[in-house]
Amino acid sequence: MKLNISITRIALGAVIVALGVGAFVETPSAAPAPSALLLNATGATFPYIIYSKWFTEYNRLHPDIQINYNSLGSGAGIRQLQAGTVDFGASDAPMTDDQLHQAKVPALHFPTVMGAVVPTYSIEGVSQELNFTGQVLADIFLGKITKWNDPALANLNKGVKLPDADIVVVHRSDGSGTSFVWTDYLSKVSKEWETKVGRNASVNWPVGLGGKGSEGVTGLVKQTPGAIGYVELTYAIQNKLLYGRVKNSAGVFQKADLPAVTAAAASEAKKIPADFRVSITDASGKGAYPICTFTYMLIPAKIDDPAKKKALKDFLHWMLTDGQNDAEGLDYARLPKEVVARELKAIEQIN
Amino acid sequence: MTSPSTAAERATFSWRARQYIQKLRHGDEVAHLITLLAAASIIVVTVMLVYQLYINSALPRHKFGFEFFAGRTWDPVGEQFGALPFIYGTVVSSALALLIAVPLGVGAAIFLSELAPPRISNYLTFVIELLAAVPSVIYGLLGIFVLVPILRKVVEPFLKQTLGFLPLFKGPIYGVSMLAGGLVLAIMIVPFIISVSREVLMAVPVEQREAALGLGATKWESTWQVVVPFARVGIMASIFLALARALGETMAVTMVIGNNPTINSSLFAPAYSIAAVIANEFTEATGDMHLQALIELGLVLFLLTILLNGLARLVIVATTQKGAAPG
Repeated sequence: MKLNISITRIALGAVIVALGVGAFVETPSAAPAPSALLLNATGATFPYIIYSKWFTEYNRLHPDIQINYNSLGSGAGIRQLQAGTVDFGASDAPMTDDQLHQAKVPALHFPTVMGAVVPTYSIEGVSQELNFTGQVLADIFLGKITKWNDPALANLNKGVKLPDADIVVVHRSDGSGTSFVWTDYLSKVSKEWETKVGRNASVNWPVGLGGKGSEGVTGLVKQTPGAIGYVELTYAIQNKLLYGRVKNSAGVFQKADLPAVTAAAASEAKKIPADFRVSITDASGKGAYPICTFTYMLIPAKIDDPAKKKALKDFLHWMLTDGQNDAEGLDYARLPKEVVARELKAIEQIN
Repeated sequence: MTSPSTAAERATFSWRARQYIQKLRHGDEVAHLITLLAAASIIVVTVMLVYQLYINSALPRHKFGFEFFAGRTWDPVGEQFGALPFIYGTVVSSALALLIAVPLGVGAAIFLSELAPPRISNYLTFVIELLAAVPSVIYGLLGIFVLVPILRKVVEPFLKQTLGFLPLFKGPIYGVSMLAGGLVLAIMIVPFIISVSREVLMAVPVEQREAALGLGATKWESTWQVVVPFARVGIMASIFLALARALGETMAVTMVIGNNPTINSSLFAPAYSIAAVIANEFTEATGDMHLQALIELGLVLFLLTILLNGLARLVIVATTQKGAAPG
């Protein structure tokens, strides 16, 4: 009896081992082509949805190239690119000169798509789209305008009956490209904002409540009577939020939509420097929405592995041409053709 | 001729060797070694953690020194960093949570271990232990969508009306507030207190209860004057565990506390905690000074935890001596 049991055990063990080995032998042929080239990237969360669509689609077209994107945030994207632990990075804000100096290899900036930030609010009895100017938004976020029926607001919204209610400011508490664009715009239109607060992914907010993420800000704005906050246009469209028009420097109260965002970059195209590191907030064009931004891929200017270099250059080319057609379906604004043309030339700088 | 002393030594040696082999065979030495390694690894991890936090926060440590603990400004653009509002937010929200959770948790544990029929007690305990496993983001969502509106519409206006003369209940009402943070934390830590305290109370020997009852004590007198003091150290341990969880909790707190680094005596005002600001700002912190200031905040949280745990241990020592010599 005892012997029997041990024989059974040995047999069982043998079967398990055989299965295990079999599995090992099988795997390589089942996995994608063994020579598949893997590119690793880390960066911003804002473009994550379109990036993952691009990378999946590109992998379908070119099964030998696989791109892994880790959306840990712009800060992580820049740091990992500097350290050389990723093949490329991504960031909502361009790298500063200091950050470029600290990188092991010079980094090139490639705008990929565009985003915008819109003011969203909830006021009892008001369901209209309100008009704002940059100055008024800055004063609200500085805590200088504290009532919804303040003359500055009332003058911009003549037909709307604004209540005598306190304004509750809501901002992002997590460091975010959205906050960077918002504070960058406020810095351009208000000297006081620039000196007191400045522009960054996280700032020292003079007033208000902090919500975590777009959903946190939206939650607070919807719940709190008299609240005003800011969210990405993409998020506002997808969640059907009420958001206001902002006066651009051509004097038009512009509602944010995808064409108005692309128009902002088009109107600034001539002022965009060779390295694409530019802020396009407060754009001057007539149909331009003033609170817009590029989001960037950060590509090392020198790539040693020739296979990786070719793969990355090919991908950038595809992203700037065919890839752009995916943008609007996912509520991102596409790049204007002037910018695309310049970027296609810039790909040659990678070597 | 060999000297007797050497012979004796040899005998002792061989006796020792044999005993050592014996021990080895029984696994004593092996077990000793393995458990020692397990204990040491925890210390090594802790030391490495503190070392890394210390090394990677050199910039702000040199720039601000001890001012870091006293500074009230947190300005990533101007690179001015002070931790005081975050320390305040962390300590007050955790204290508020303990204030609510300890009576509730210990009370529930006493009911479950002493008074409830065993069957009900087992069912309820199962449910409570499930609560301890709920991810904190769920508590946060519950907080922002259920608790915060109730606070804003009902609880805070009521407190303001009745107790508004106290500085604790003054100022504008937003819903998200220090009070909301403390409440969500309290809800989160209650299951820990109940679960551990109940185990400890159940472990009190039956003889203790029988002796008390035999001396003519009522059921409640035996519970309150004999069983609970007997389990005091264990109950304190459950409170430590709860405090540690409250100090380090991130997600649920950041969703309801308002995330505004100010020091305000009112519980209605928004606040900010150390763990919350680290989680919020770390991913997008691109400047070295900002990043390292956040790491230094991690170090501060570590020190704070040690300090509070030390204080709590002092309390235990003090109360145990009192309990050991009942009047």
